[in-house]
Formats: sequence, C-alpha cells, structure tokens
Amino acid sequence: MATVAANARTQRAGRRRPRIRQRLTGVAWGTVAWFATIIFFFPVFWMILTSFKPESAAYSNPPQFAFHPTLNEYKQVFSAGMGPFLANSAIATVISVLLVLALATPAAYALSMRPIAHWRDALFFFISTKMLPVVAAIVPIYLAVRDIGMLDSIPTLIVLYTAMNLPIAVWMMRSFFLEVPGEMLEAARIDGADLRHELTEVVLPTVAPGLAATALICAIFAWNEFFFALNLTSIRAATMPVFLVGFVTSEGLYWAKLAAAATLASVPVLIAGWIAQRQLVRGLSMGAIK
Amino acid sequence: MATVTAGKAVHLPGARGQGRRTSESWLRRIPLLPALLFTILITQIPFLLTIYYSLQSWNIAKPGSPHWVGLNNYGAVFSDPVFYAAVLHTIEITFGSVLIATLLGLGLALLLDRKFLGRGLARTLLISPFLIMPAAAALLWKTTMLDPVYGIVNWVIGWFGFAPVAFTTSQPLASVIATVVWQWTPFEMLILLAGLQSQPRDVLEAARVDGASAWSTFRELTLPHLRSYLELGVLLGAIYVVNTFDAIYMITQGGPGTATTNLPFYIYQRAFEGFDIGQAAALGVVTVVGTIIVATIALRTVFQVFIENEARA
Repeated sequence: MATVAANARTQRAGRRRPRIRQRLTGVAWGTVAWFATIIFFFPVFWMILTSFKPESAAYSNPPQFAFHPTLNEYKQVFSAGMGPFLANSAIATVISVLLVLALATPAAYALSMRPIAHWRDALFFFISTKMLPVVAAIVPIYLAVRDIGMLDSIPTLIVLYTAMNLPIAVWMMRSFFLEVPGEMLEAARIDGADLRHELTEVVLPTVAPGLAATALICAIFAWNEFFFALNLTSIRAATMPVFLVGFVTSEGLYWAKLAAAATLASVPVLIAGWIAQRQLVRGLSMGAIK
Repeated sequence: MATVTAGKAVHLPGARGQGRRTSESWLRRIPLLPALLFTILITQIPFLLTIYYSLQSWNIAKPGSPHWVGLNNYGAVFSDPVFYAAVLHTIEITFGSVLIATLLGLGLALLLDRKFLGRGLARTLLISPFLIMPAAAALLWKTTMLDPVYGIVNWVIGWFGFAPVAFTTSQPLASVIATVVWQWTPFEMLILLAGLQSQPRDVLEAARVDGASAWSTFRELTLPHLRSYLELGVLLGAIYVVNTFDAIYMITQGGPGTATTNLPFYIYQRAFEGFDIGQAAALGVVTVVGTIIVATIALRTVFQVFIENEARA
C-alpha cells in the first residue's frame, strides 16, 4: 500500500519535473526573444525619443534617456514647410494604390478563376518586370517625362508607382483568388447567378482581406519610394523622402529635428502596419506557396 | 498570337465548338489586358529606349545634339574601373544583406513561433524596422546610431572597452549593409513565420513523441517545409535589395571614393550628376543583361517556387 503510494508520488513528480523544465526553457527562450526584439526595435524607439528632445539633449555622450520633453522640434519641422510634401506623398500613395487594385484585380481574376492558356507565362512576365533594376529605365523615363512637360508633377509619380507595384499586386491577388472555394462558385452558378452576381456576392467578399493586404503592401512601397521622387520632382510634387533630403542639406544635421521629421515621415505607415499586421503576414506569404 | 492561343484553347476540357471557344478564351483574357498593356508601356518600352540611348553620345549639359556612336559607350563602360567596383559592391550588398537578413529573420521567426509572454507585442515591435521609411532609416543610422561621438553603437561597444569607430567612413560598406539588414530582417521574419505556423503540428508532436531531438526535427521536418518560404523570402528580398539606393545616397553618397558605389547609384551619378545620357543608358543595359542572366540561372537551379507552381497547374 505504502509502496504503491510512493510509486504514484514519484510518477507524479516525474511527470511534473519535465513540465517545470519545459516552462523554464520556455521562459529562457522568451527572454531571448524579448532581448532580440528590444535590440531590433531600439533604433525606432530612439528615433521617437530623440524627436521629443531639445537639440542640446540629442547630442550627448552618454546618451540621455531622461530629459524635459518638448514639441519644439515638431513645430520647427512644420514651419520648415513639411505640409505640402506630406500631402503629395498621401495623394501619390492613395491614388496609385487605387489604380493598382483596379488593374491588378481583374488581371489576377483572369489568371486564377477562369484559367486561360499561357497564364503561367503572363504571371511570370509580371514578376520578371520586377526583377529588372528600375535604375536602368530612369534615363528614358526622365527624358520622356521631360519632353511631355510632366517633370515635377504628381500624376507622373502616380503612373510610375502604379507600374512599380502592379506585378507584386497581381501575384498577391492571384493567390487570394485561388483561395476562393470552387464549390462556392459552382453553387452560385447552379443557383443561376450571372457573372456580376458571382463576382459581387461570392468572389469579392472572400478576397476582401486579400485586397486589404495587397493595398497595404503597395501603400508601403509607394509611400517610401525615393528614387523616382528624387529624380523626377523638385518643388511642386516632391514627396516626404525628398523633404527629408532637402531638410538635412538646408538645415544641417540637427538630430532632434531630423528625428522629428523622420518620425512624421514614418508614422502613417508604421501605424497602418501595426494595425494590419495579420494582413501584412498573409500578404507577404502570399498564399502562393500553399 | 491569336492562332496559337486559339489552338491551345481547343485542348481545354469541357469545351463546346471551336468558334465559341475562341471568343470565350478572348473574353477571359480581356480582364488581363489593361494590366498587361500598362506594364508593357511603362516598364518595358523604357528598357527598349535605354538600348537606343546607349548607342548615342549625348550629354545634356553640353551643347550639340545627340549623335550615333555605335558601341562606344559599351567600350567605355567595360574599360571603366568604377564599373567593376560597382558590380562588386552590388553583389556584396545584395548577397550579404539578403543572407544575413534571412538568417536573422529565421532566428527571430523560430523565437516567435514559441509561446511566450507578450509575443503579440514583440511581433508588432519587430516588424517596425520594415515599416520605417528607408530614407529616414538611413539618415537615422548614419547619425544617431553610427556617429563616432554621439552614436548609440559606439556607446554600446564602449561598454566592452572598444574605442569609438567612425563607421560610415572606415566601414562604409558594412554600415550600408547593416542598415539594409535592419530593414529587411523583419520582412524575412514575417515570411518565415508564416511558413513555420503553417507547419502541421501533429507531425512535430509525433516526432517529439518518437524522441527526435529538437535539432533533428528542425533539420529533417521544419527546414524542408520552410524551403519554399525561404526561396520566396530570398527572391523578393534580392529583387528589392539589388536596387538599394536610398541607404547609399543618404549614408555614404557612394563613398568614400567609390567604396560603396553600387550599380544603381553609379547609374544615377552618370545620369544626374554627369548628365551623360549615353553612358548611363549603356550602364543600364549592362545591368539589365547581367540581372537577367543571374535571375535566370537562380530561378532555373535554386528556386523552385515557379517550378512547383508549374507542377500544381
């Protein structure tokens, strides 16, 4: 009787011990993960922190973590005329993303829902355009844009950003269309739904999250684009990255002001990305590999 | 083209009659056309024009109309030592950044694949570098991180007794790569994390019950499963990193000397600082041809994303 109880006890202890060990290793790995996270996030944290510093606290060795926060640098950035740049970035991003979706959605539909001959070639063509370095096309693009008098104009940026994001969007949207279950379409067709109903009532609701993911990724790339903006705009149509360059060269390198400008330039995408991170993951993994 | 596609369409299953087939196959193609035409017009025609301009001698800062010089610009490109340096730096930046970012991304993805306190928050914070505007990120790394006097990195290495380093001038290539790696690691991490989380749990559980070590489980189950995700991450990362311009423009301006000049930055310099249209175009053509060769070899041999797609079709 006693031995049975002792046996049971050792058994229970034996079961418990690995569980404790498991939890300990779990905590250890969790600590490692947080350590890595802090290292990777630190530059972002430091950017935001520096943006609230008075300029004198931005330059210090050792770095200052405690200081009297001020909004002064943000005020100066705005009074340096950031508003129009922000507006240009927003317009170029939003309209180019809408155009991308308008062009990519039907194309992806054609490439996935009702397979056509050579769909693979078409898909490969789209993605291969992305592999050609964009700098190689800058000379003719610059000359063409100059000759039609469209230098320093937002429509020029919109067209180029649309072309830049279209291949990725077609690729992503196609994979989202592939996830629409065939039975649902069959059922809709048997119920006598015509193409329009099939699209609006079956297909679009299913791919809506995919549309959001595609839009987000295209928006990130459009908002952050620097090369075209630098070379094709100067005053009227210049976007946020160009403002950063001009800001640095005209004001010299004042770190707190730079940090404030950088924070303002990054915050829209940062917040959108944080909110929509699930879509971001889905979009990046593209379902294509499933 | 029309005849070829019509001929193909006959082999589609469930078809009824040639005439209807042809018109239907065209109907199906119509939604594709706007995107296709737009892409060809904006991305392909400029490349053809680049070839044309590469055969001209044309400096827009100098008077005199452009004139035909045949292959002279190519001769100049291939006898230009900066061109070879730029090729080398492009390879170093692309290869180094994508390799390091993928390895770090894999490590972070493995860490985030386990449950721990605040995992959601950690993931949110970890994707942030990818969301920061690259031009802003480059400026911040150049100043607040890598500055020899006030930079955080020098402060940290000071704890371990190292003397401050003027990274952007003494280690310019490493500075650029560090910035690019910082931005692209979260991207690789997200793709690989999606791969890890799509792994069937019961298989892993079975391996554990069978007494397989963590390492052999990783090597024999996880890594093969991750293969297509790794390929996709490397492919997309390389496509973007090979065009690295922002970091170089902001941090080093290609220097000191030409220590960090890559092909995109060199083409930019030839075109917008040297105003030499012909040579910039020739550089562009050489870059495109080189990229096509490398991409074709890579896609045919290493990457199976497309090959597997084919099998699935």
